[in-house]
Amino acid sequence: MRVRLEGVGRRFGDHVVLDGVDLDVAPGEVVALLGPSGCGKSTLLRAVAGLDGVDGGRVLLDDGAVRDHDPRCAIAFQEPRLLPWRSLTGNVALGLPRGTAKRAGEQRVAELLDVVGLSGFAGHRPRSVSGGMAQRTALARALARRPGVLVLDEPFAALDALTRLTMQDLLLDVLAATPTTVLLVTHDVDEALHLADRVVVLGREEGHDGARVVRTTAVDLAHPRDRGDAHLASLRAELLELLGVPRA
Amino acid sequence: MSEVVTDGRSAQAQGLGGSGDPSSPRGVRAGFSPRRPAQAGATGSRRRLSPWWGALLPLALLGVWQLITSTGAYPASQLPSPAAVVRAAGDLWERGLLQQHIAISAQRVFVGFGLGAAAGLVVGSLVGLSRWADALLGPTIGALRAVPSLAWVPLLLLWIGLGEPPKLTLVAIGAFFPVFTTTASALRHVDANLVEAGRAFGLRGVSLLTQVQLPAAVPAVIAGLRLALAQAWLFLVAAELLASSIGLGYLLTESVNNGRTDRIFLAIITLAVLGKLSDAVVGLFERWALKRWA
Ligand SMILES: Nc1ncnc2c1ncn2[C@@H]1O[C@H](COP(=O)(O)OP(=O)(O)OP(=O)(O)O)[C@@H](O)[C@H]1O
Ligand SMILES: [Mg+2]
Repeated sequence: MRVRLEGVGRRFGDHVVLDGVDLDVAPGEVVALLGPSGCGKSTLLRAVAGLDGVDGGRVLLDDGAVRDHDPRCAIAFQEPRLLPWRSLTGNVALGLPRGTAKRAGEQRVAELLDVVGLSGFAGHRPRSVSGGMAQRTALARALARRPGVLVLDEPFAALDALTRLTMQDLLLDVLAATPTTVLLVTHDVDEALHLADRVVVLGREEGHDGARVVRTTAVDLAHPRDRGDAHLASLRAELLELLGVPRA
Repeated sequence: MSEVVTDGRSAQAQGLGGSGDPSSPRGVRAGFSPRRPAQAGATGSRRRLSPWWGALLPLALLGVWQLITSTGAYPASQLPSPAAVVRAAGDLWERGLLQQHIAISAQRVFVGFGLGAAAGLVVGSLVGLSRWADALLGPTIGALRAVPSLAWVPLLLLWIGLGEPPKLTLVAIGAFFPVFTTTASALRHVDANLVEAGRAFGLRGVSLLTQVQLPAAVPAVIAGLRLALAQAWLFLVAAELLASSIGLGYLLTESVNNGRTDRIFLAIITLAVLGKLSDAVVGLFERWALKRWA
């Protein structure tokens, strides 16, 4: 599915958060969003997922304006947001499309829990698993409906460094098997460069109160990518400088 | 979360605790440790001591009581001995009166509690879920809640007359408010993040209510039911003190009038034991439900 944002603006009271965000994501493309904390990345994702309106411009999924939540879109929030009274299985099942047959649903859920490495914890409650495990469950829940658009808000932030690398590759495997349009927010430049076809930086521009797209960087490198690739290293330096991290 | 939830506020705090910690450090931990034991430590349970410790103080009190009465410092009309109270209990039991008092009081509590709690659940859900109901009903219910239990008695007698209905009504009033308050507040404060997550996966209206909002409110509602049961016993005595010919509250007033201090003690101890017993039963249910839902 194609995702288009045209001059999207969003304000909370006097506080202008987004101010004219333009973005066009092709079907099957993976776009990573970077930007300083509080610049409105989560707000942007919520608008794409139809959970929050916009005050200006429009959000289009395959040429249809987003008004309410669209069943073809799935989101993994910045926090796991699992239902504490359901087991991990029950939580992943929440992500299944409406009207999935019981047997097929159970099978799909078990499959996904296996994919995120949580088969052994299927019956556990969220309270009895770690933050990283909860986050992986949330990812499985988002994948459950084989969405046309997958919206991920720092999905790997709560994971330890090694699990994070594993999960990134795992996401790439899932995407290779089922091409999906992905909008991914991260604070990790390396993660963005490893996963994305395009890295988009949100930030403040002269003359605008809110955030907008200040840089788009294409990452023209086929998967699987070598994390130590020289081209990636130069892109990383460029992006870090843009984000305000001075070169050593 | 083994801490017993005692009011709407702490239950609500529990709900908020559900959302993960966005500020958790990233990439700091180096080890590959997917099986790290959970936050169990943080929410973890203080190990429960044996309930028998709770029997220590009553036993000590009993001993002190026995000591004091055996010195003869107080006349039996002021402080009867434990043995005298046991004798009074035996006497009433043999004549079948004690059982009758207990049965009728318990029946009033449970029927009144059932009615009041059901009403509290319904009205509390309305007020908690609908801003309209909240705006229209909230202030009035808040004001009625401030009326002390005894103040209702004359009106109830006047309107409903003698017999069971006014007593059941009074007990129901007592049970209504804790359930109403906790239900309304729990539903109003369901973690907005969870509700949004439900919406993000296609739940809305009734399905959102049954799959997210109501389950999220369950622990607080059960805590409210427990408070309501305690309050039902309080209101029961108020009802029976004033107008009845049977029941533990009646036993109390009648004994005051006859100067039967031993029976006063008996009535008070029976009320304490029954109240504690019924609370323990709900407490067990609460623990089960918290395990199930929280
Ligand atoms: N419902 C809301 N009401 C008022 N202000 C809000 C609301 N949601 C977000 N904001 C404000 O909008 C701004 C952007 O928030 P957002 O969560 O989108 O930031 P973010 O870029 O995702 O930050 P982070 O990287 O820390 O997650 C913040 O200043 C926040 O205070
Ligand atoms: Mg965010």
